Amino acid sequence: MRVIDLPKYDLKKEEIQKVDKAINKSKNKRGALIPVLQEIQRKIGFLPIEAQKKVASGLNIPEKDVYGVVTFYSFFTMIPRGKINIRVCLGTACYVKGGKRIIDRIGRELGINPGETTPDRMYSLQANRCLGACGIAPIIVINDKVCQKVDPAKVMDIIYSYK
Amino acid sequence: MVVKSMNKLRKDFLTHLKEEIIAENIERLKDKKFKIVVHMGTCGIASGADEIKKIVDREAKRLNSKEIEIATSGCVGFCSREPMFTVEATGKEPVIYHSLNKDKVKKIFDNHIIKGQIVSELEPILKDSKLSYFYKYQEPRVLHNKGKINPLEIKDYIREDGYRGFLKALEMNDPYEIIKIIIESGIRGRGGAGFPTGKKWEFCYNAISKSGLKYVICNGDEGDPGAFMDRNLLESDPHSVLEGILIAGLAIGSSKGYVYVRAEYPLAIKTLENAINQAKKLGLIGKDILGSGLNFDIEIYQGAGAFVCGEETALLCSIEGKRGMPRPKPPFPANEGLYKEPTLINNVETFSNIPQIILNGAEWFNSVGTDTSKGTKIFALTGAVNNVGLVEVPMGITLRDIVYKIGGGIRGDKKFKAIQMGGPSGGCIPEKYLDTPVDYEKIKDTGAIMGSGGMIVLDEDVCMVDIARFFMDFIQEESCGQCTPCRVGTRRMLEILERITQGKGEEGDIEKLEELGKMIKETSLCGLGKTAPNPVLSTIKYFREDYEEHIETKLSCRRLHRKEKVKKV
Repeated sequence: MRVIDLPKYDLKKEEIQKVDKAINKSKNKRGALIPVLQEIQRKIGFLPIEAQKKVASGLNIPEKDVYGVVTFYSFFTMIPRGKINIRVCLGTACYVKGGKRIIDRIGRELGINPGETTPDRMYSLQANRCLGACGIAPIIVINDKVCQKVDPAKVMDIIYSYK
Repeated sequence: MVVKSMNKLRKDFLTHLKEEIIAENIERLKDKKFKIVVHMGTCGIASGADEIKKIVDREAKRLNSKEIEIATSGCVGFCSREPMFTVEATGKEPVIYHSLNKDKVKKIFDNHIIKGQIVSELEPILKDSKLSYFYKYQEPRVLHNKGKINPLEIKDYIREDGYRGFLKALEMNDPYEIIKIIIESGIRGRGGAGFPTGKKWEFCYNAISKSGLKYVICNGDEGDPGAFMDRNLLESDPHSVLEGILIAGLAIGSSKGYVYVRAEYPLAIKTLENAINQAKKLGLIGKDILGSGLNFDIEIYQGAGAFVCGEETALLCSIEGKRGMPRPKPPFPANEGLYKEPTLINNVETFSNIPQIILNGAEWFNSVGTDTSKGTKIFALTGAVNNVGLVEVPMGITLRDIVYKIGGGIRGDKKFKAIQMGGPSGGCIPEKYLDTPVDYEKIKDTGAIMGSGGMIVLDEDVCMVDIARFFMDFIQEESCGQCTPCRVGTRRMLEILERITQGKGEEGDIEKLEELGKMIKETSLCGLGKTAPNPVLSTIKYFREDYEEHIETKLSCRRLHRKEKVKKV
């Protein structure tokens, strides 16, 4: 995803406040960039370019470095997540038990690729690295709830039950 | 840092506290006949342990009995049988009930709790029952608190002699004595590479810091898919990790520790935060610990999702707030680590081992194990075995024993095909090497590595080319991109593997993979690149026929698989 492909997003007033608050909280701490970005993402759901620019000037770090960190780590996203965020674990144990079939199925049903959000911002889908719950593989995580031993044929029922 | 004021050291603090806790427990439990411990780790909760806890509460209320104590604990390691609880009756062997649901809980209350009869039709785990074999061959040392303590209660940890190892280390009043014990024990890093822990400590002890600062970092960026030992330790026994970090800080003369935890482990982070706060309240972390003059602070640093950050120099970059890019070694972190100060980096499981080594001595620790690999190792045993879970075994046990005795054999009477160890840096071990003992060197000889402890058992249905493709896809995604061989080479290997698994493989592909793999291994900078081709090379070595069949038949995984099924019928 290139910067120019991103939809333009203007921060709302209360979002600006949240961003400023996160910056001020850790301003003078060493290595503050990642915790600040994590907090902003927790509060407003994603990291629009505007917010990154504010972080850069607030922490006195070049904008390119902020962008570099945001794009390096898989937990950061510049695309807003859906109301129902679906993460599919693709660790080894989940993979051999059908994790790939699960994510393909969901993607097909919702018409999005992993990393994308439906246009109505209802669902977003992510391929996740191993969540360490291999004993109950394959798993998916809907918002923060772990669903265990998921059957690819029934996965959509689980997802739609969250509406 | 030599402890300055030994005479002020509050030596009896823990002893008094422990006595108080035990007395309190006796008082509270004196009228109780039963204790029900619901096991609640990530897997347990995902399987409905929360709901089971509620039902247990309700049932106990219904009986209106003051004779039942209900408690919670971390995971007991038997993931595939969650949710579970243990019924402890005074003077009797604890009974573990597994795979619980509402009806089963009711039945247990009606029979076991009211009538005192064990509900044998639910196949509880008792001595010599079928499922007890899962525990029989294990040696719980690091996991000795499993199921016994509530991870959210520091008092439970202290009751089980927690922080005694740290106190003993303080009393030695000579940091080098501590390091000598660690060296003597022979413990090697549990994160995968197996570097002698004592040596690492000694390097840090000797390293000179210009500013006087040294750091201790606990590496909890457990990124190998299929590994969850560290998650479990942080969730179920967080204080053992903190105690290990404290001892390390004391030994090398540091006053600041970080625990780097991956963002994928929310429960571990929450539990650890709580543990740090409790330890601070009791004065076990912070300023002038137990009156010894020692200052030590521990902070959690949450990862942001990058596999390469498990590599120590990349992890340092990440804590400094940068992209996690490995750098050349030397200088090693022991001399030039976080913010260029001497830094000790050990894995979660390594730290968890430390308190017991100090408490029980080096000889106790190395009384189990092989010549070069001492102590026990925790593995996350998953995949096609009957008993999936977290197992702690003495070094030297054979892989066959783990799969067939502890794991209960292959599920669905299928044939064993391979065991994958060491995640994306490791390899697949075929049946003919199943008698290999768990030992850093012996495992390496097979082409896999000990790794951090992921052990995924694969059955005959799995296509090894697809497994190789899976790992290469993972590595390709996670390569930090600074070295060309790793960035481009892994992509080229992935393309070839994708072609083969789609049935478009060509003559010469296998040789090309071998050549690329060798080149990437030799020319990459960090551990990620140097080991990246291992899953491919080891599957070519042992399962070349899987590759050849794909290339000859020009069939994709799915078709090849279907054909085999038809053949069998």
